[in-house]
Amino acid sequence: MDDIDRKIINSLQEGFPISERPYAEVAERLGLSEDDLLSRLTQLLAQGLLSRFGPLYHAERLGGGLTLAAIQVPTPEFERVANIVNSFPEVAHNYARDHYFNMWFVLATETVEQIQKIIDDIETQTQLTVYNMPKQAEYYLELKLEV
Amino acid sequence: MKSPIDEVDRRIIQATQAGIPLTPRPYHTIAEQVGLTSEEVMARLKRMLAEGMIRRIAAVPNHYQLGYRANGMSVWKVPDEQIDELGKQMGALEFVSHCYHRPTHPPLWNYNLFAMVHGKTREEVEYKVHQMSDLLGKYDLGHEILYSTRILKKTGLRIV
Repeated sequence: MDDIDRKIINSLQEGFPISERPYAEVAERLGLSEDDLLSRLTQLLAQGLLSRFGPLYHAERLGGGLTLAAIQVPTPEFERVANIVNSFPEVAHNYARDHYFNMWFVLATETVEQIQKIIDDIETQTQLTVYNMPKQAEYYLELKLEV
Repeated sequence: MKSPIDEVDRRIIQATQAGIPLTPRPYHTIAEQVGLTSEEVMARLKRMLAEGMIRRIAAVPNHYQLGYRANGMSVWKVPDEQIDELGKQMGALEFVSHCYHRPTHPPLWNYNLFAMVHGKTREEVEYKVHQMSDLLGKYDLGHEILYSTRILKKTGLRIV
């Protein structure tokens, strides 16, 4: 990654135009050619330095359900419970964390009502309590990682 | 509840939720995939952007690959009366990527403010959390940092 890549990452975190030739527009602003911007962007995505590039959809405003939930899993049962939780396609991410609540996962569903149903299903199958922590407000303004 | 999007929007979302094409005319490429004109695709994306269904069209950096390997979920107990004001201050910090007010589950879980803190080492994350604690002052009624020890599952968020 060189200074030009850094400039691209910093600039494209803020936004991207909706126009006929958006890459040409951004390239001009950054003093690059359209080809150069496209090949560098392809590289940054292939190397995983960017995890995605495109519209960032707001699930709730599209009518979808989204929540973060936690479980306290007894250590000997950890793999069994992880397998059950991961088997739900609605579970987008699942992380082991070093805490009394040692399993944290994100649920995304097409409708708000489905969230509770999935939580009930996970509780039935694991025989453990799922602590639902849907966001009540969000405060971050922009992702602004300067590289 | 009536869906805020129609079938055509849904097709556009399906075609773009993993990303937009790296072609000189990306909206034209999407239009060909979903059977619309590029003008229609651009108009609908602009509408979804204006109505907040799209937060923005942008690149998402991968903190981990960029060297930020110690990412801690900091959780805070702050007074409910001040949480919106304090949450905005925390969310504005350059090293905080997400900041949310979430419900508590007393007595086991008493933290109502969550902030993801990115750092290259745990020491750096701890230093930043210390700064956050100073910023909250008397409103910091307790906090912890939860580090992830293992990714058990990570798939893209499928919206529709």
